[in-house]
Amino acid sequence: MTIPHPAGYRPAPDGNHPPLLSEGYRSTVLRAPSEAPVVLRHRLTEVTGPLLTGDIGPNDHDLTAQHDGEPIGQRIVVFGRVLDSDGRAVPNTLVEVWQANAAGRYAHARDNWPAPLDPNFTGGGRVVTDAQGNYSFTTIKPGAYPWGNHHNAWRPAHIHLSLFGRSFTQRLVTQMYFPDDPLFAQDPIFNSVPDPTARQRLVSTFDLEATRPEWALAYRFDVVLRGREQTPFEEPHE
Amino acid sequence: MSELLTPSQTVGPFLSLGLTWLEGHLVVPPGSPGAIRISGVLTDGAGEPVGDGLVETWQADAEGRFDHPDDPRGATGSGFRGFGRCATDPGGRFEILTIKPGPLGDGQAPHIDVTVLARGLLDRVVTRIYFPDEATANAADPLLASLPQERAATLVAQETGPSELRFDIRLQGDGETVFLAV
Ligand SMILES: [Fe+2]
Repeated sequence: MTIPHPAGYRPAPDGNHPPLLSEGYRSTVLRAPSEAPVVLRHRLTEVTGPLLTGDIGPNDHDLTAQHDGEPIGQRIVVFGRVLDSDGRAVPNTLVEVWQANAAGRYAHARDNWPAPLDPNFTGGGRVVTDAQGNYSFTTIKPGAYPWGNHHNAWRPAHIHLSLFGRSFTQRLVTQMYFPDDPLFAQDPIFNSVPDPTARQRLVSTFDLEATRPEWALAYRFDVVLRGREQTPFEEPHE
Repeated sequence: MSELLTPSQTVGPFLSLGLTWLEGHLVVPPGSPGAIRISGVLTDGAGEPVGDGLVETWQADAEGRFDHPDDPRGATGSGFRGFGRCATDPGGRFEILTIKPGPLGDGQAPHIDVTVLARGLLDRVVTRIYFPDEATANAADPLLASLPQERAATLVAQETGPSELRFDIRLQGDGETVFLAV
């Protein structure tokens, strides 16, 4: 039986994703491959991918409810839709998040800058999008934190997100930022995205409509994954 | 068509808070028939271990099928997860327990797709694991055949014992692994 070549996924436009070597971010210097990547035509392994929906715990969507007490900080709802670049919803897809606490410290053994840990905050969560691609989780607004990249370097407040989509090619790990952060201008990770309009797509929007009165502020963050080619690529017979 | 994609950003050093699963590296349960252990070390351009990375794998089942609706032969319904995930330890080591995927029937040799994420990687890098006992299929594989021999060799795991394979990933420099634009 011959397998038809599946339709692949369209590449990201130039400037949409950061170059792997981005000198302002020092850790890229020894980790970015020197050789140009070899283009791999999408075949079955690339157009399929893990469809992970299991093992979501009852408080995985609410990072403020994972301990006996409530964490310190501004309670927020982060929500949005996962779409492909044709505007189609990506339903039933796993979204994993992790973040620092309100003081900007991660509950991680290797984060030891002198900001307080919060015994009521671990900072990891996961949700699965609904049939329309919507996701939502409740957390506290993370603090900014210093890092050793350059003199007086501070990361703007951010939440890390990991998404699978429905194919290996759609896999995306990104960071969500908050509007009008004064730390953007000095952050080489945020600014590693060459296209300034693409960079703005990393910034969530404050959404007054979605706030929960007398409970939580709300930020909207839509995530757009790659869309699919319309027709399969025809390969000449060898 | 406008491509307003969300840009990639690094996982940073604390990815284990969000991405570690206790059994992530078990694509199949221990003791499964045909189980193989694939282990390796992730290193940087200075040859130093990358102790804060994450290696993820995606593959077909033993019959070369996917439990996924976009497999044109239809989802198998087998529940085979096909996905493995292992954070690297301070020595850069990772391992997954899986089974060897079958051939897809499209001229490619059996393979596993791999994503590597780490602090200092602003986007994931992608590579593939091929199998050392598939010399004939590997020689005919379109990707392997397109590469100079010493580069292709970086994609073929080495047998280190019964049901034990080694696949090191070198991000940069001498013996740099072939990475793929997907
Ligand atoms: Fe971070």
